[in-house]
Amino acid sequence: MSEALTNISAHSAVTSAPLLSARGLCFDAGGQRLIDGIDLDIAPGRCTVIMGANGSGKSLLLRLLHGLIEPTDGAVSWCGQPLDRAARREQAMVFQRPVMLRRSVAANLRFALSVRGVRGAKRKAQEEETIARARMDALKDKPARVLSGGEQQRLAMARAMIGAPRMLFLDEPTASLDPASILAIEQLIQEARDNGTTIVLVTHDPGQARRLGDDLFFLHGGRIAETGPIMQVLEKPTSKAAQAWLSGRLFVPNTP
Amino acid sequence: MESFSAILIEAIGLILSWDPDVIEIIMLSLRVTLTAVAAACLIGLPLGAIVGAFRFPMRTGVIVAMNTLMGLPPVVVGLLVYLMLSASGPMGVLGLLYTPTAMIIAQTILVTPIVAALTRQVIEDLNGEYAEQFASLGVGPLDRVLALLWDARYSLLTVALAGFGRAVAEVGAVIIVGGNINHVTRVMTTTIALETSKGNLELALALGLILLVIAVIVNGLLMAIRGTAARAAYV
Ligand SMILES: Nc1ncnc2c1ncn2[C@@H]1O[C@H](COP(=O)(O)OP(=O)(O)OP(=O)(O)O)[C@@H](O)[C@H]1O
Ligand SMILES: [Mg+2]
Repeated sequence: MSEALTNISAHSAVTSAPLLSARGLCFDAGGQRLIDGIDLDIAPGRCTVIMGANGSGKSLLLRLLHGLIEPTDGAVSWCGQPLDRAARREQAMVFQRPVMLRRSVAANLRFALSVRGVRGAKRKAQEEETIARARMDALKDKPARVLSGGEQQRLAMARAMIGAPRMLFLDEPTASLDPASILAIEQLIQEARDNGTTIVLVTHDPGQARRLGDDLFFLHGGRIAETGPIMQVLEKPTSKAAQAWLSGRLFVPNTP
Repeated sequence: MESFSAILIEAIGLILSWDPDVIEIIMLSLRVTLTAVAAACLIGLPLGAIVGAFRFPMRTGVIVAMNTLMGLPPVVVGLLVYLMLSASGPMGVLGLLYTPTAMIIAQTILVTPIVAALTRQVIEDLNGEYAEQFASLGVGPLDRVLALLWDARYSLLTVALAGFGRAVAEVGAVIIVGGNINHVTRVMTTTIALETSKGNLELALALGLILLVIAVIVNGLLMAIRGTAARAAYV
C-alpha cells in the first residue's frame, strides 16, 4: 500500500519522468532473436502507437512491456522500479484475440472487478456502469463466448478499463471490425485518455494512429526502425522499412 | 439348468416386483459409490487443479504418478485397505473391516487418482488458454484455481461421472474389504459374483441388468452435459 502511494506521489511530482521504460530489451524463442535490443520511454498521459508489418514483434513487445513474458535480456521498469505483479495491476491489456471466461458478459466483468478487490454493492454499481459504458445492456446475460468479434472486443475494452488502470496496452483492438464498432472502440480509448490513462496502441491503420496517437514506434524485425511524433513519421518517414511499409499501405487503395 | 430366456424373465420379474433384498443391495451400492465419488472429488478436484494450474519442481513426476495410479488394480487396492483395516493392521482398532465404510475407503482410493488425473488434464488445457489474461488481470493463485474449476465445470462433471462409472462396476476391492455380508456389505457387483457361483442366476442377472441401466443413464447424462455445455458456448 505505502509503496503504491509513494509511486503515485513520485509520479505527480515529476510528470516528465517516464511511466514505463525499456532498456536493451531482447527476447529469444526457438533459437531466434525475435525482439532485438529495444529501448523506449513512455511518458505519462501519452498515447504511443506501435506499427509494423505482420510478425515484426509488436505483440511480443506489448507482452514484454506488460510483464507477461520475461525478457531474455534487458529490463522493463515501471515508475523507475522493476516491473512486478503489483505494477502489472496498475496496467491492463486488450489482447489481439480476446480471451473471455466461460460465463456471461456480466459475470466476466464481475470477475475482473473482484480481482481488483471491488466487492458487494460497489461491485454491482461498477458492473452496471461498465456495461452501460460499453453499451452492452442487451447482451449482459449472454455467454461472452457467443458474442461477435466486435462485441467481444468491446467487452475486452470495457473489462480492461475497470479500475481506471494507469496504463492500457491495446493490441489491434479494432482489427476486422466494422466502421461503427471501430468508432465505439475509439471512443472508449479516447475516454480512457481523457481520464489520464497512458495508452500503448498497436494498429495497422494510419488513420487510427493519427486520430488517437501522439508518438509512433515503427517496428521492423524486432527492432525499432523509426520513432517520433506520429504526423512526422507518417508523413516523412526516414527509415527504409517505414517508407516501404507506409507507401505499400497508402498505394494499395489506388491500384486498379 | 434353465434356459436363458426363463432366467431373464425371472430376473425382470424380480426387478419389477421391487424385491426388498434387491432394493437394499442397489441402495447400498449407490450409497457406497456416491460417497466414495464425493470424497474422491473433494480430494481429486483441488489436487488436479493445483497440479494443472501451477508449475513446481517434480511436477512431471507427480503427473506420471497420478496417471499411473489411475490404473491401480482394484484387488491390490482391496488388499492394501484390508491390511490397513484388519485387526493386526495400523487402523485395526477402528473395527472398520467388513463395513460399508471400508468399501467407501477402498473405492475412494480407487477413484481419487482418476478424478485427479483427468481434472489435471482439463485444468491444464483451460489454464493454457486463460493464463495470459489472468496474469494481465493480476489474478491471485486462489482466485485462479477457483475460476478454472468453475469454468471447467461441465468437463469436471463428466470427470466425476467417469469416476462413478468405474466405482459402481468395480468388484475386486469391495469384495475383499466388504466381505459381501448379507444385509451389511452386499452390493450389486459382489452379489452378482457370489450368486453366479452359487447358481442363483435370476438375482445375478437382475442386478446385472440394473448395472447396465445405470451405465446407460450415466452415458445419457454425459451426452446431455456435453450438449448443454456446447449450446451455452462453455466448451
Ligand atoms: N513463443 C514463440 N516461439 C517462437 N516464435 C514466436 C513466439 N512468439 C512469437 N513468435 C514469432 O515472433 C514474431 C513476432 O510475433 P508477434 O506476434 O509479436 O508479431 P506481430 O508484430 O504482433 O504480428 P501481427 O501484426 O501479425 O499481429 C513472429 O514471427 C512469430 O512467429
Ligand atoms: Mg500481433
